[in-house]
Amino acid sequence: MMQRSRPYRRVFLLALASAVLVQETFAQATLAQEGQRTFSSGYRFVEMSGEELYNNVCRGCHMSDAGGATGAGSYPSLAANSNLESPGYPITLVVHGRRAMPPFGGMMSDAQVAAVVNYVRTHFGNNYRDMVTAQDVSEARR
Amino acid sequence: MRASRRTGGGLKNTRMQDETAGVTRRDLLSLIGAMAGSAAMYHAMTSLGFAAESRYQGPIKLGGDPKGASVLVLGAGLAGMTAALELRNAGYQVQVLEFNKRAGGRNWTIRGGDSFTELGGATQNCDFQPGLYLNPGPWRIPYHHRALLDYCKRLNVVLEPFNQLNHNAYLHSVSAFGGAPQRIRAVRADFQGHVSELLAKATRQGKLGEAVTKEDQEILLQALRFWGALDRDYQYSASLDASAVRGFAAPPGGGLAALPVPSEPVGLSDILKSGLWRHLRNFAQYNFQTTMFQPVGGMDAIGKAFAKEVGDIIRFNAKVTKIKQGDRGVTVSYIDTTNPSIQNSVTADWCVCTIPLSILSQIPLDVGSAMQAAIEALPYAASVKIGLQFKRRFWEEDDAIYGGISYTDLPIRQIAYPNSGYNRSGRGVLLGAYMFDTANAYEFTAMPPAERVARAVEFGAAIHPQYKSEFENGVAVAWHRVPFTLGCSGEWSEEGRKQHYANLCQIDGRIVLAGEHASALPAWQEGAILSALDAITRLHERVMKT
Repeated sequence: MMQRSRPYRRVFLLALASAVLVQETFAQATLAQEGQRTFSSGYRFVEMSGEELYNNVCRGCHMSDAGGATGAGSYPSLAANSNLESPGYPITLVVHGRRAMPPFGGMMSDAQVAAVVNYVRTHFGNNYRDMVTAQDVSEARR
Repeated sequence: MRASRRTGGGLKNTRMQDETAGVTRRDLLSLIGAMAGSAAMYHAMTSLGFAAESRYQGPIKLGGDPKGASVLVLGAGLAGMTAALELRNAGYQVQVLEFNKRAGGRNWTIRGGDSFTELGGATQNCDFQPGLYLNPGPWRIPYHHRALLDYCKRLNVVLEPFNQLNHNAYLHSVSAFGGAPQRIRAVRADFQGHVSELLAKATRQGKLGEAVTKEDQEILLQALRFWGALDRDYQYSASLDASAVRGFAAPPGGGLAALPVPSEPVGLSDILKSGLWRHLRNFAQYNFQTTMFQPVGGMDAIGKAFAKEVGDIIRFNAKVTKIKQGDRGVTVSYIDTTNPSIQNSVTADWCVCTIPLSILSQIPLDVGSAMQAAIEALPYAASVKIGLQFKRRFWEEDDAIYGGISYTDLPIRQIAYPNSGYNRSGRGVLLGAYMFDTANAYEFTAMPPAERVARAVEFGAAIHPQYKSEFENGVAVAWHRVPFTLGCSGEWSEEGRKQHYANLCQIDGRIVLAGEHASALPAWQEGAILSALDAITRLHERVMKT
């Protein structure tokens, strides 16, 4: 019995080895394509730049092109969005949240909120050049 | 303005999923308290009748004749189907509208052959072997969730144990013990042993002063030796007694080399600095105490059992677009998502609405300003679960881990092993990541699904190196990307509850809300069911009066 089954076993192991290769290649390719990514260690985000905050947080709902998404409810598109003209509006939403938008005031510093608001207001077809400051965010927290 | 999260710690300690976030020295002390004092506390409380296990009063009794009154239920999750089942039994005409093409809502199981398209359009096709599954939503049932357990019994849902604590699973920190995972058994024994030794020393040196009577000091010393596995000199040492708790260097065997060899405990400072003690709380908390259960074959057995009862009155693929009420009834507009060009509407005398507030807050709704403010104020937690299929159950074969959960400070936070199919050869699926309401939950939500899976494999390999060669495929569900909820569960702050909770739960004209968000058990199925039972009890009283 043992003798007879050995060749099959060898073939199986060979097949297994090539499958491993395929899987690892797939995983590595996925990670290589996505590149380095920052991970936070606790409740607060460690990402600091507006771009990285958008990609690691906002993108979850507003998507890569900021076009939003719709299911039973919607995440609004931030692309070419005139609601972003007044900076106080996005600051308040990021800090305090509203409806399906979670509040990030406890997870981001004033500087982080300012950075991501500035990023969104100058990308995705938005071109609002009046930069917001950490001070503006601090005032919105009250 | 909505109440911000993270103000006040009162509710935080009872939040059931927040298992590892933000542990302080105070938590360490309360953990000691929990482990040393809970039994005494429990006996004191039960004798006073304070520690009742549940608010559930047994099967609901809605007496009297509703005289053909009609109720429209929105949402066919557990809250909606509980309401539908009981109201129909009480004589109401009931209809249910459901957004999905299936019943159950967050009570959901993904198996091989299933496909899931998340918001943003990415579709995952699950390749799990038949019999293997992921519960992306609820996955465990505490023994004190008596309402849910009663429905499982009435609806013939077969349960099996869910292992929250497996002493042989791991606690892991990238910055402790050179990143080597530690057995839960050993961490707990060492933590308990060193604390006992310290307290015994203080007791014997008379440093407790008048806090403990002379007589009680003798009892305390006995207890510490017993509880901490201390030796005759009240030391926590490399003894066979200590090893009988923390495990042996060489366990007892048979024949010539049969005698056990004791293991060497980890030093107090190393245990303290490792921070691994913080995870022990996950086994001490009321919500996670044994016995916990899971339905055999997947959590969706519960949703399916409900649907067997009320499936005939559920209209699927119905996306609610407007909820109007007047003196005589409620009219709900919806579109059939398979034929979206046509507007439909249903009218009923009353409405039980279980739509998650993340969605309901976007639907035009005729309710008072207090309820509307409450609906708009509740944020929904971020959560991600990732199921990974491996060629073999290496966690059993190589690591002797049968069920239970390993905890880590890596972004994946947990690895949970299947609580069924033990000791079988062949493939297995484990939960390769479970983040709840941490920054990592958002970070993983923001990734494409394939990357979530690849990252979970990459991180998990630090605990189980076998991942690299045994991984086959995976499925990742990020709850903010789920089209029918737009988030995991209601995330109440203490302040938010004070301001909005009562307003949310009031009957507003002919509309009452139900769901986990309208309960003090957010994110638990029990909360959904208890909320529905409370809502329809009050609604029925109102109907009987009119």
